[in-house]
This record gives sequence, structure tokens and C-alpha cells, in this order.
Amino acid sequence: MSDAAISPAASGPRLPNLGRLAGLVHAAIGMSLLYLVWWIGGRLVAASPDMFAFADFAPGPALSALWNMVQSGEAWAMTWPSLYRVGAGLLAAIVIGVPLGIAIGRVAVLRQITNVPFQFLRMISPLSWMPIAVMAYDTWDGAIIFLITVAAVWPVVFATAAGVRRIDPAWLKVARNLGAKPFHLLTTVILPAIAVDILTGIRLALGVAWIVLVPAEYLGVTSGLGYAINDARDTLDYARLAATVVIIGVIGFGLDFLCQQAVQRLNWVRTDTP
Amino acid sequence: MRQTCSIAKATPPMNALSPAPVTTPQSRATPAEARPFVRVDGISHRYGRGAPVLEDICFNVRRGEVLALIGRSGCGKSTLLHLLAGLSTPGAGQVHIGDRPVTGPSNRWVMMFQSPSLFPWMTVFQNVELGLRFDGRRTQAKHRVPQVLELVDLSAFGDRNVQDLSGGQQQRVALARSLAPEPDILLLDEPFSALDAFTRRSLQGEVRRIAKSLGLTLILVTHDVGEAALMADRAVLLTSGPGRVAADTDIALDDDDRSEATRAFRAETARLSQLYAEVAGMSAATDTPRQKGSAR
Ligand SMILES: Nc1ncnc2c1ncn2[C@@H]1O[C@H](COP(=O)(O)OP(=O)(O)OP(=O)(O)O)[C@@H](O)[C@H]1O
Ligand SMILES: [Mg+2]
Repeated sequence: MSDAAISPAASGPRLPNLGRLAGLVHAAIGMSLLYLVWWIGGRLVAASPDMFAFADFAPGPALSALWNMVQSGEAWAMTWPSLYRVGAGLLAAIVIGVPLGIAIGRVAVLRQITNVPFQFLRMISPLSWMPIAVMAYDTWDGAIIFLITVAAVWPVVFATAAGVRRIDPAWLKVARNLGAKPFHLLTTVILPAIAVDILTGIRLALGVAWIVLVPAEYLGVTSGLGYAINDARDTLDYARLAATVVIIGVIGFGLDFLCQQAVQRLNWVRTDTP
Repeated sequence: MRQTCSIAKATPPMNALSPAPVTTPQSRATPAEARPFVRVDGISHRYGRGAPVLEDICFNVRRGEVLALIGRSGCGKSTLLHLLAGLSTPGAGQVHIGDRPVTGPSNRWVMMFQSPSLFPWMTVFQNVELGLRFDGRRTQAKHRVPQVLELVDLSAFGDRNVQDLSGGQQQRVALARSLAPEPDILLLDEPFSALDAFTRRSLQGEVRRIAKSLGLTLILVTHDVGEAALMADRAVLLTSGPGRVAADTDIALDDDDRSEATRAFRAETARLSQLYAEVAGMSAATDTPRQKGSAR
């Protein structure tokens, strides 16, 4: 095939199997640099007469605290409630956001009516709903899940609507022409066509939800990663505090990675040569 | 042969009494004039408040016939085909296919578009199966899809993603997809125009052969007189601005003569080109009385 004839020339000077390895090498270099900055920061804090009390932020104490927390199962115990809250909030955001996004993408009038109010609501920090959420819900869990939903719903709505608007009208015509009912249009054309857009929206929503989670857990609740940070600060246990920050980063990275994998699996667009 | 609008309008009462046509050799053998399979009755159409695109279009098509609609770009051929397929509703007039008025899309009458528009997230098999799936006949697909893939010579490609196929292969998948639900009539909107000349010629012959072997009625839109001569039993020529039926002529060619090499084919193409040129000249002049008469 002509593709095969072209690809060696197009791949440039670098060998293809080194390319994959290079990704890992680059990531390792980046992480080492980050660790170095953390370590230097720790040395500077320890050397500073004003701040030496915070020296446990440094990588050494933090990582050994992390090791203890993982061994005792404490790391998992503080992560699980947070995961539950983010999962429930995200689920609510998807259940609300996907149908809403599809409706907005399909119906021009609805799009015009909702455009300004939605952009307006989107720009309000989700945390500013905190007092209302606390009043409206009996449990702290309910209030936190509400805040996460409010934060996560917008990326899902907008990504879904944008995906629907990019659907090739010819696909819908072809399906109608073959006798598709509206239900068929939804399940065989619209949803598969926008699956990647929805997942991209969910990935963005996850990022926002994970960011909102920690401050939301500062109030009321006695579990979760945000609570753990607050608690560590109150007990002046800065090694634990830094370890919790590392856990937040690792879990967030892991969830995002899973989303990214799902996007790649569902993506039907052929971008590069096989 | 040519049916004027007044005759066509007189037919419905008679047809309402006649029994529903069934797909038996006998029913196909009945005289065509007695029971046209497709009846297009005084179709007029315009988009929004724009100028009329189609005006008082009337013609009939017999069962199993291949009809070419020839006209210049923009004369409303695609519009007409969409109306026949029930994908949009005409401003005036009506279309009957069999004994049913066309009120919406159905997999009894299927249209094939200029671009194949296959669903890229599906395999060839899944694309071809769609019409049966929408009809709740998914169990049939296991037998039916391999049959139609065989018909379009793509048996080996069922499991492939459609993005791995060439343009000509994709258009053949689109053909198989249209054939799978066993429609009575296939409406083709210049489905080969994006292909190279060689692929186009071979597909043109193939589609005619398939239609004839299945007893399928074909309505084919084209602005290529050669394509009409290769594929069609009859041609209807349209004027433009607004589109009207200007001529209706039989294409009397044996199947052996339907190849660019034969003299009969060249003569027929020349005749059609001549007619086409006359019609094109006619649509430039406004409303000559000849428009209603036969240009044959
Ligand atoms: N959706 C639409 N809205 C408004 N006008 C339209 C629309 N579709 C087609 N038209 C107009 O109707 C006329 C006929 O269009 P149509 O697509 O039916 O022509 P055609 O004969 O199929 O041309 P071609 O051979 O180029 O495909 C054109 O003048 C076009 O501008
Ligand atoms: Mg057209």
C-alpha cells in the first residue's frame, strides 16, 4: 500500500520504537526535576529561621509518612470517602449533563435560550454555592456531592452539545432514510458519534471535581482527603499533610489516565497511519 | 409511453380499486400502463419563500424499470429524489410507490447519496445490517448481510472497519446497505460521481445488473448522458429554474450494447446529448409551449 511506502519517510529522523521509550524517559526526567524542586524547597525552608518549623514538608519526612499511611491502610481509608463523593457528583453531572447537552446541541432555539444563562452560571465558583448547599442538604455528604455536581456539570454539557453540533447531518439523513426511529437515531448515530466528546467532557469535569473536592471537604465532614489535610494542619503534622497532598496528586493523575485510556479506546477517528 | 400530467391524474381512482401489487412474476408481467409502480403526480416544491425549484413534475415508473432523471446542476434533481424518498414533503402534489402514498422515509424505498456516509465506528457488516436493525429484523441479518456483500463482491470485508476501504469499496458498502432490507425501489443520487472513471464504469454496469437480477426499480439522478445510456431503460429530462419535465424518452439498447465501445451505444448517447442540449436551450428561453409537448 502507498501508506506503507510513505510512513518511513514521514516518521523523521527518530526511530519508531525509541519514540515510545522516549516518552517514558521524558516523563522520568520531568518527575525527577519536580522532586528536585521539592527537595531544594525543603532545604530552603529548613535553613530559614522563620520557617524551619515546616521542614517536615520536605520529601524525606513526607515520603516516609506516606509509606506508613499506605502500610497502615490509612491512605486508603481517607481516599475512599473522597472517591465516593467525586464519583457520585460526577455521575449526577453525567446524568444531567449528557441529555441536556444533546438537547442543546440538537435544538437551535434551546441553544440560544440557554447560552447566556449557562455561561453566566458557569463562571460562578462552585464553592460560592456552599452556604446554600449546607442549608439544602441534611448531610455533609449530600452538600459536597451537590457542589461537585455543580462544578462538573458544565464541562459535560458543553462538550456534549459541541459534539452533537459536529455530527455529520448526512449520517442522520442516511439513518432516517433506512427507517430509523428517533430512538434508533439516538442509540446508533448520536451517542456513538459523540462518545468521545462526552468522555472528553467527563475528563475535564473530573479535573474540576477533584479540585473542588478538597476545599469542600474542609467543612463539616470527618473523612476524606480534604479533611485529612485540615486535620494534619491542626495537629501540626506537616509530614502527613505533604503525604496527603502526594496522594491527592497520584489519585487525580490515575483517574485522569483512566479517562484518557477510555477516550483512546472509544475514538473511531483515524488520525495517524496504522 | 409518455404519460402527461392529465393522464397521470386520472389514474388514481382506477388504481385505488386495483389490488395491491405483489412481487410475483405474473404481476410484473401485467401491462405497465395499467399499473405504474411509481406515480409522481404534479410535484411542485420551493425552499422557504424562495423561487420554485420544481414545478408540476409528473411521470410514472414501471416495476423493474431503470429510469434516469437528467438535468443540469441546480435544476432540482436531488430535491426531487428527496421528495420521492419521503425525506422531505413536497409543497404540492403526491408520490405513490406501489399503492402507498409516500408520507415519510421507509426501507421499502431507499435512497443512495452522492457520498457513502458510512458510520466510521462500525464494521462493514454493522453498516450493512442497519436497515434490518431499524426494522427489528436483526436475526435475519446473519443470513441477509453476507448475501448482499456477496452481491457487491465484498464478502471478505465484513469484519473490516469501513475506514480501511477505498472510495469505490465504500460506495459498494453503501449499495449493500441499501439493498439489505430488500427495498422495492432504489433512488440513486449521482452515487458514482466522486469515483474515478474506471471504477465508475464498472459500478454502473454492476448496479444495473444487480437491479435487473433482483427485479428492483431504479430511479437514477445524473447529469451524465453516458451514465444514463449505460444504465437506464428510459430517461426523463428536466429543465432548470424551475425544474420541469421537458422530455421523456426510451433508451432502446440491448444489454450487450451497453458498453462504450459499441456503435449503438454511441448513437444513443449522441441522441440523448442532442436532446439534452435542446432542453438546456429551452430552459433558457422562458415558457415556450414546447415544454409541455414531447421533445421526442
Ligand atoms: N436546503 C435548501 N435550502 C434552500 N435552497 C436549496 C436547498 N437545497 C437546494 N436548494 C436550491 O434548490 C435548487 C435545486 O437544488 P438541488 O440540490 O435539488 O439541485 P441538483 O439538480 O441536485 O443539482 P446538482 O446536480 O448540482 O446536485 C438549487 O437552486 C439550490 O440552490
Ligand atoms: Mg444533486
